[in-house]
Amino acid sequence: MADTILNLFSYDFVRNAFVAGSIAAILGAVVGYFVIIRNVGFAAHALAHIGFTGATGAALFALSPLQGMLLISCAAGALMGISGDKLHRSELAVGMVLSFALGVGTLFLALYKGFAGQATSILFGNIFGVSHSQITETILLAVLSLGTLALFSRRLLFASLEPDLAEARGISLTALSTGFMIILAVAVTLASQVVGILLVFTLVIGPAGIAARLCRGFWTAITISIVIAVGAVWLGILLACLTNLPPSFWITGILFLLYIVTELLCRFVLRVER
Amino acid sequence: MSSALAIQNLGIRLGGHQILKDVSAEINEGEFIGIFGPNGAGKTTLLRALLGLCPVSSGEIRIFGQAPGRSNRSIGYMPQSSACPEGTALSARALISAVRGGEKWGVPRPSFSADKEISHALELAGVTNYADRPFSVLSGGEKKRVALAQALIDRPRLLILDEPLASLDPKNQMRLVDRIVKIRNETGATVLFIAHDINPLLGVMDRILYMAGGGAALGTVDEVITGPALSALYGMEIDVVRAGSRIFIVNSESNVTETALHG
Repeated sequence: MADTILNLFSYDFVRNAFVAGSIAAILGAVVGYFVIIRNVGFAAHALAHIGFTGATGAALFALSPLQGMLLISCAAGALMGISGDKLHRSELAVGMVLSFALGVGTLFLALYKGFAGQATSILFGNIFGVSHSQITETILLAVLSLGTLALFSRRLLFASLEPDLAEARGISLTALSTGFMIILAVAVTLASQVVGILLVFTLVIGPAGIAARLCRGFWTAITISIVIAVGAVWLGILLACLTNLPPSFWITGILFLLYIVTELLCRFVLRVER
Repeated sequence: MSSALAIQNLGIRLGGHQILKDVSAEINEGEFIGIFGPNGAGKTTLLRALLGLCPVSSGEIRIFGQAPGRSNRSIGYMPQSSACPEGTALSARALISAVRGGEKWGVPRPSFSADKEISHALELAGVTNYADRPFSVLSGGEKKRVALAQALIDRPRLLILDEPLASLDPKNQMRLVDRIVKIRNETGATVLFIAHDINPLLGVMDRILYMAGGGAALGTVDEVITGPALSALYGMEIDVVRAGSRIFIVNSESNVTETALHG
């Protein structure tokens, strides 16, 4: 058994999957915690779907799907941030934009016949198809967004928990929100490489949501969130290699199981109500 | 006694509406001031102006001799509602840690001096016992006290409390008022207490600021809560009815009670 696992690492695509998966997991875990406390889960979900248009339309502009998705979801994130809290927390506004974006995405798909195979990997992730150049891009993007987030995370935490107080202390809520939504767009794009656009929720919201249900402090929550995300991705990739079932299935399955256990714990042991 | 807050001929126009006109008030350091008035009387606007969040059209505001700045550290502000997400296990202590130095850049950093400051605020507000329990499982009264503790961070000299009694039962209202009086006595802070009903605060306020019709009257309860004084403010006939130790303000034209006037 141990030999089989060690053997796996001699394959380039497995090593790449572990590296890209870990990076996306860490970024998703950290950004996800802010998504939870800011209550913008639906906006996060929408950013991924809007990214689908970018991924399928990328060919029009001679970009890679990753670049196309990054571009359009960052633009959408910035717009959501600038337009203010009311709009990007409005389910109707976000829902309409996200479905229109998906519609345009299907148009691009129809225009480029033969693209359908790639569409599946965009929608459901293709962690074993990550190339060396994509790894470089992934690392660069993750370092850039985590670095930027570190610069203003203290303000963001304050403004997320107590927006009225933060405003009274001279913090611009719109600027913070815009900065955060752009970083969220990057996190969502990277996570979609691992689990796909449709399953981004599992990596960006799942680990952070579970950690937020259990941890009473900011740093413990961030740490636990990272441990859960990285653990789930590693175990998922490993199980996918051993069973030949899709990694996205395993990763979502592991996180769903953890979620159920957490809910039971909260209800019957810790008594943290909904 | 030195002046904590000086408002001179303050006028505020927002979106073409004159919200406040010619409001003047001089409040001394350490005073407990109750602020009352019907909805739309400009209580929130005044509060925002004090925090520097709302431009002043005419007149002047001075807080400890300074213009209201956006980062005025000497003001402790307790907003009406807390945005803390339900369903998370984040503790009251963690919430307050986020508030302390929250305007700084960089990552949240725990430190010894921060811990001391947070413990001090928790103790003053009387929340030490449940500071480490998840905020979302606390009762309404406990949550209000946590919000009060947040306002006490950085040892403010002026406390602005925006309707802290809203949605509390009478017993918890009384407890919270007692606690705030105790804090005032211990810290010497000036308290501006916005409230709906005058009765829970009778006997603890030094003076009241009654706002109506764009204007405001400052004085003791006996000076301001009188038929003639309130009639002048509202621009219609108002009666003040005393029932035992309780006071009711009645609009004599439509026979509505104070509660209805506020609605």
